[in-house]
Amino acid sequence: MSTRELFTFRNPHFTVSVAVTVGLLLVTALVGFIVLPFAQRHETFAGVWDAICSAAGNPRVTQQGEAAPPPAKTSEAVLTSTTLAHPSQQSIGRGATLAQRCAICHGPTGISRADSPNLAGQYASVIYKQLLDFRSGARTNAVMSPFATNLSDQDIADLAAYYAYLPRLPAYHPEVQLPPTRIVVYGAPLRGIAPCGACHGSLDNKTGSPWLEGQSAAYIKAQLQAFASGQRHNDISEQMRNIARAMTPDEIEEAANYYASQPPEAIQRAD
Amino acid sequence: MLANRKLILAHFWLAFVVFGLALVLGAWQMFIRSPLHTWLSNPEWYYRSLTAHGTVMGYVFPTLVAMGFGYAISESALDQRLVGVRWAWVGFSLVVLGAVMAMVPVSLGWASVLYTFYPPLIGSPFYYIGVVLVVVGSWIWVALMSVNLYVWKQAHPGEPVPLAMFANVAGSYLWAWTAVGAALELLLQIIPVALGLKSTIDAGLARVFFSWTLHAIVYFWLIPSYIAYYTILPRAIGGKLYSDTMARIAFILFLVVAMPIGIHHTFADPQVGAGFKFVHSAFTALVAVPTLLTVFTICASVEIAARLRGGHGLFGWIAALPWQNPIMLAGTFSFIMLGFGGAGGLINMSYQLDSAIHNTQWITGHFHLIFGGAIVIMYFAIAYDLWPHLTGRELPSLRLMRTQLWLWFIGMIVTTFPWHWVGILGMPRRMAYYDYTSPALAADAVPVEVSTLGAAILLISGLLFLFILARAQAEPATDVPPYRFSEAVHPPASVPLALNSHGLWIALMIGLTIANYGYPIAVLTARSDSSVPAVYVGAQR
Repeated sequence: MSTRELFTFRNPHFTVSVAVTVGLLLVTALVGFIVLPFAQRHETFAGVWDAICSAAGNPRVTQQGEAAPPPAKTSEAVLTSTTLAHPSQQSIGRGATLAQRCAICHGPTGISRADSPNLAGQYASVIYKQLLDFRSGARTNAVMSPFATNLSDQDIADLAAYYAYLPRLPAYHPEVQLPPTRIVVYGAPLRGIAPCGACHGSLDNKTGSPWLEGQSAAYIKAQLQAFASGQRHNDISEQMRNIARAMTPDEIEEAANYYASQPPEAIQRAD
Repeated sequence: MLANRKLILAHFWLAFVVFGLALVLGAWQMFIRSPLHTWLSNPEWYYRSLTAHGTVMGYVFPTLVAMGFGYAISESALDQRLVGVRWAWVGFSLVVLGAVMAMVPVSLGWASVLYTFYPPLIGSPFYYIGVVLVVVGSWIWVALMSVNLYVWKQAHPGEPVPLAMFANVAGSYLWAWTAVGAALELLLQIIPVALGLKSTIDAGLARVFFSWTLHAIVYFWLIPSYIAYYTILPRAIGGKLYSDTMARIAFILFLVVAMPIGIHHTFADPQVGAGFKFVHSAFTALVAVPTLLTVFTICASVEIAARLRGGHGLFGWIAALPWQNPIMLAGTFSFIMLGFGGAGGLINMSYQLDSAIHNTQWITGHFHLIFGGAIVIMYFAIAYDLWPHLTGRELPSLRLMRTQLWLWFIGMIVTTFPWHWVGILGMPRRMAYYDYTSPALAADAVPVEVSTLGAAILLISGLLFLFILARAQAEPATDVPPYRFSEAVHPPASVPLALNSHGLWIALMIGLTIANYGYPIAVLTARSDSSVPAVYVGAQR
């Protein structure tokens, strides 16, 4: 009963409030979608409809040909939560056989004596991604690239499963454990450097980030320098390149020495 | 007639206890980020605390105050026993259950996503489901307010709905509709990802949905305070409300224009077109209208009270006001903070000015000044005013109440003014720590220390507030007259249908929401290329 009295143009309250609301909407829409777009000096529109579409947020397709190819090959590795979950015993066994060819640099127990990374107990996702990147050319190394070229997807998954299965061991020459430095614990907020542990373990572990404890200082340093120079570029969102570029040579040295001196017990498993 | 005092007291006590806990977290956050403390070695602790602080202060505390106050209004303004008391307890239980369910994963560090969710960051599903339960519990309150008004209208056909209830129901409808944005974001986007049913999320669409909720929710928080301005303050200081009609217009304007303006929160977002940003900005400017009407009406009402008390002269009447009355003091402080906060808000809603302070500590200062300051100090006033009627006991000491309100006012100014200042200097917000040794931030160090002092004052004031309420429970029982609201200078004899019902304004609210949000949401929903992989908090997946 009251609804019929309210929602009718005979009710002046209804008429006025609807008219004012619609009027305001039309005026603001006119300004926002037509007047203001044409007031932008750097914009050129084909017509009113083009201006309205632009103000509505429709993406404009530009006719400027193909997008330029990226300057360097980037990682194509895709990981989902099931890619490497629950490897079978057969997979680990096949990985062990394949790993014999890796032992010359990475050590028969996955502990390197040659400043190559220690792989024993490394996260499967890390080994999986790096091998894929070596195979695709997103990451290159005179020694590693030829080894990775002929690996199949299954080989890579098996190797990842095998090394993740191995127990973590102390480094070949364990060093005296160093205290953490400022760059390791806090990063440098104003230079956009997160604490190392935000991805590499002590605070959080982001998928695809290795633990670093007990790795060779020479290796960590070389990788940071390669990221900084852009020579290594298989970090998908450029996070390591951005961080390494902003680090001073001293900070790179400190971070490398700190992680090299840590025992494997210091690794906090986030998985 | 306040028949269901236990129900109302339960809402208020839970609200204020969780408020006290969240206040401790807030003060701790300010301290550990200031130069007075070394950096946290694990920033996750900061975000965990921030998530708890925001979730409690944003969702649990004001919702419970609005619900409890709403029940009190329904019983006393309509002079009618609450219809659906059992449902009210169900709603309360849902809020409790939801709050516990949300806070457990937050405490464990499984959901440090902040109360604004920030997808593609994804936390434990229990956190989001808990928030949904809090909202569902409050929707029961919305329904009950509507039902109670309907029952009263059936018994009193054609009579003007008492102002307090009219405003209360308007606030409940505003909440029902504004919560829909976040509910859609949670149910359609976030919870499926949190449960592992999907692994990608359209963060831009999620932000648009959230902006639907995020701005009007402030007006939902604000409505109890505005009800207190109009229906408690004039009576408490021995005066009358200047205009009942003006009050109704202010509340229906909030209902209509508080909603379609949220995109001013996403000025820096690329997924929303500039045209919609302008329209939302223009409608945001309109929200100043009901606030300015309120300032005028309340100042006029206060002047009437002062002149009734013998005040005279152009400004001489101000001295005749009952300044020893805590409600007078709270209302004044609230207006001062609303003035500064509102002025800051006009800067936030202007596209060009916003770009200077977007995502800086200015924003943190702004919403603490408005919500923590202007709104919460009126929650204190509401509690002080209602407490004797709910407990049947007098509050212990007016002096203690005045001290508490002064401390809150001073604390909030000392906290938020330096925040505004460092925001202008460019200090970003949502950071776990700041390198004050850097030349770029060195100038922020002293103001941040000052604001930490403000946080300490606020903490003392908040704890004093809880102490006063608790002490009242121990006072001897007395006879308390029935609770009543302010009368208007010209009590409404008959009110036009449009100002005695909410239908027209709800229709305009929904219509404007569709006009201002429909296209951006439809376009983003239709796109298949705008989702990104979710980032799960605290878990390697």
